[in-house]
Amino acid sequence: MAQFLQFALSGVTVGAIYGLVALGFTLIYNASEVVNFAQGEFVMLGGMTTVFLTLVGVPLAVAAPAAVIITVAAGLALHRFAIETARGATPVILIIITIGASIFLRGLAQVVFDKRFHSLPPLFGSDPIHLADASILPQSLVVLAGAGVVVILLGTFTGRTLFGKALIATASNRLAALLVGIDTRRIVGFSFAVSAAIGAVAGILITPITLTSYDVGTLLALKGFAAAMLGGIGSAVGAVVGGLLVGLMEAFAAGYVSSAYKDAVAFLVILAVLFARPQGLFGAAKPERV
Amino acid sequence: MKPWQASFGAIGAVALMLISAGAWSAEVKIGAVLSVTGPASFLGDPEKRTLEIYVADINAKGGVNGDKLKLIVYDDGGDANNARTFATRLIEEDDVFAMVGGTTTGSTLAMIPAFEDAHIPFISLAGAIQIIDPVRKWVFKTPHTDRMACEKIFADLKRRNLTTVAMISGTDGFGKSMRDQCVAVAPKAGITIAHEESYGPRDSDMTPQLTNIKSTPGVQAVVNPGFGQGPAIVTRNYRQLGIALPLYQSHGVASKEFIELAGPAAEGVRLPAAALLVADKLDASDPQKPIVMNYARTYREKTSQAVSTFGGHAYDGLMILVQAMQRAGSADRAKVRDEIEKTKGYIGTGGIVNMTPADHMGLDLTAFRMLEIRNGDWALVSDGGS
Amino acid sequence: MSVRRVLDHRLAVIALVGAIAVALPMWFPSAYYYRIGALVFVYALAALGLNLLMGFAGQVSLGHAGFMGIGAYAVAIVPAQFALPAWLGLLAGAALSGIVALAVGRPILRLKGHYLAVATLGFGLLVAIVFTNETRWTGGPDGMTVARLMLFGRTMSSAQSWYWISAFTFIAAATLALNLVDSPTGRALRAIHDSEIAARVLGVDVAQKKLAIFTVSALYASVAGSFLALLNGHVTPDVCGFLRSIELVAMVVLGGTGSVLGSLVGSAVLVVLPQALTVVHEYETMVLGLVIMGFMILLRHGVVPTLAARAGVRWT
Repeated sequence: MAQFLQFALSGVTVGAIYGLVALGFTLIYNASEVVNFAQGEFVMLGGMTTVFLTLVGVPLAVAAPAAVIITVAAGLALHRFAIETARGATPVILIIITIGASIFLRGLAQVVFDKRFHSLPPLFGSDPIHLADASILPQSLVVLAGAGVVVILLGTFTGRTLFGKALIATASNRLAALLVGIDTRRIVGFSFAVSAAIGAVAGILITPITLTSYDVGTLLALKGFAAAMLGGIGSAVGAVVGGLLVGLMEAFAAGYVSSAYKDAVAFLVILAVLFARPQGLFGAAKPERV
Repeated sequence: MKPWQASFGAIGAVALMLISAGAWSAEVKIGAVLSVTGPASFLGDPEKRTLEIYVADINAKGGVNGDKLKLIVYDDGGDANNARTFATRLIEEDDVFAMVGGTTTGSTLAMIPAFEDAHIPFISLAGAIQIIDPVRKWVFKTPHTDRMACEKIFADLKRRNLTTVAMISGTDGFGKSMRDQCVAVAPKAGITIAHEESYGPRDSDMTPQLTNIKSTPGVQAVVNPGFGQGPAIVTRNYRQLGIALPLYQSHGVASKEFIELAGPAAEGVRLPAAALLVADKLDASDPQKPIVMNYARTYREKTSQAVSTFGGHAYDGLMILVQAMQRAGSADRAKVRDEIEKTKGYIGTGGIVNMTPADHMGLDLTAFRMLEIRNGDWALVSDGGS
Repeated sequence: MSVRRVLDHRLAVIALVGAIAVALPMWFPSAYYYRIGALVFVYALAALGLNLLMGFAGQVSLGHAGFMGIGAYAVAIVPAQFALPAWLGLLAGAALSGIVALAVGRPILRLKGHYLAVATLGFGLLVAIVFTNETRWTGGPDGMTVARLMLFGRTMSSAQSWYWISAFTFIAAATLALNLVDSPTGRALRAIHDSEIAARVLGVDVAQKKLAIFTVSALYASVAGSFLALLNGHVTPDVCGFLRSIELVAMVVLGGTGSVLGSLVGSAVLVVLPQALTVVHEYETMVLGLVIMGFMILLRHGVVPTLAARAGVRWT
């Protein structure tokens, strides 16, 4: 029983990380139907920039917001120079552009930072919290709380504010949104900025657990994307639930089945869910236009 | 002879002298295919920096046999296919004299056929024993083999009367190959492996695997073959779960960074490593001391990063090659290969190298020192076991 | 457009590729260039298979390198474990890829868009995980040596021989692909790409056609993977990794989705570019990313279709 609990807590730790990364995919997708494969690099930029600012003497409380701002600038630049200039291109082309951007950002990080591993101090210390016979790091709960806060903020924003509603409108039908006077370019740019901010915050919160390096973005983007699809891309709640489920599946597979094949088990379950419910757990079933 | 014929002749003679003079002070090209980016960049980057620093240093002191060295570095990104392409490029396009490189075992194995066919000496910087066993005429290596690491760890375990162990290894090339070697040598060393787990090199939480190990009865110690960030996370999780058994890491984590990343969890962890890591704690009479102190200081000054044993292996590879070239006295590949094979008593960062036609690495178990992490720093474990 | 003009264009592409393949080696100063040429044709073969899937049937696959992996390891394991010649390993790999494609394709192809992408992604990752972990068969993450191919009693190990083998195979495969495109199956596929529901209304068996093209593209990738393993003499799990799959998709899109010549162009760009970029040393990755972005922004439909449109020519 103690084992089960430990596996569950491990799953929550890893799942919260995936969920927070997956959230970054939802906003850009909601505004423009683009899957931004550079999202992983936003996470990397958040963590690495904070680390390097603290290494040159900037206090952590200043370095972290500064890193978020820098990452937001990167997100806006990506939108302005890559996505907007390619306006009208098919989704596949846009995805390849984001892949090119992620390669560029990784190359930039190699040159500006370095190729070693770094960590950040956890917010509430590194002594584990004990529940019965199992333990969890306080930072894992911070990550989970962070994901929760982002979901609530996103929900409030899209449901209650005019700007948020304009965002949903842009996503459903860009032409119609333009016709009613919405500046769709600013909306999409804004979504990139906010996704970059979410990614950067994710990077800062998870680094005390996962460590960070210039190429930490690739695998995180992969898992985050899979988690977002499982939950139903476009749904913020789905992203977090999807992330938690992927994390839990990996932990239970590692504990009970085989640690070598845990990723395989997780993916098989994702595939099974998608076969049964092709729009993901919380995704809206889009009626197909004939 | 008409005046213009004479002057032509003079110019021609001078030109000929200049051309032959140029041929005498030619450049000797040293190729290096390293994993500067990608999953093994943690190893490849220090290797590249070391080679660059020391080739410049050697050239500043006049080169080798009067010739300057030219270093050509290609980055294979950790991919064996790319490594093979760059190997062909070095051989066919750049016409290199010798090669010091091959950060990972995978890329080394992919490149070996090319260098063997072209009869070019190849000193590898990768860990697995398959690189030199079976012995290949033109292939050598400087790092300790993974089998030696297992033997050193098991000997220490035996001395502490810990004979039942569990292993948790990374599924990268280094971790898997060392795990295979440990399984192979365990019976002879009198060690029983009671349970095994593995983790992906970029995983962020290994508590499920460690929980399974914790609940396996009879386990007295845990060994973690792996490199990069994985072992640091394993060590942190180890402390998080409150596992009190002795933990042994591999030489894949041999850098100060591991202690920083693992934090207080690293206390009491033991691992086999080259003397380079404890340069300042070596006995003054230790023959390796001057070499490793010098290398550590130079590396730290030139790169402002802590020294790494992987960079040290590159240093040894370059020096062994250069000394062989000096002994051979000429830029003849076959002669230099013979001299590399005759390397005896070379004192490097990894140990004292004595090669033979059957042993193209030349290190024995004494080249590994057993270290323990105490008070956030390395400490030498004496041969008595404490 | 008369039948003759279409025929002319089809042969023209093949003739062009053939002419390039034969003429290029005249400028090759060393075996290194032959190796690069061989790699370009091998990857072009895999990209061609993916192009059939993406360009004509409109289905995306982010795990296609998995089939390359199956082909590559088949050609390594069959001689090593069963003492059979390498070309039998190649056939076995192709057969296995075909079977896996048929088995996996049926459920996966019912998904659409990004969900299909995730499913294929999962497939590619699964294949890579299996090859990494089953060390006894595959040699694990460090890979295994591949015995050289014996053809007509001679060992094929030089870069030159592989250049000709891969060029010839690509030309044959491209001819087959062009024939497929102009056949009833090809037209059915293009109808499916435009609108699945309309195609179904017209009586096209959508599921069967999609599965057929998925299997064909898997076969192309498998043969390409086998060639890669044979010409390297060594195979590691990187051959079926996620980054390789992405590279294949980028080759298809860069060169021109739906363009046979585009597969070759895309492959040439992504194989030659990293070699050419070594001059910028540590900025290599940055420049590569910028180049990919630049190509996609400026040559939106891929190199071949965009340039062909500008020249007013109808290329395939």
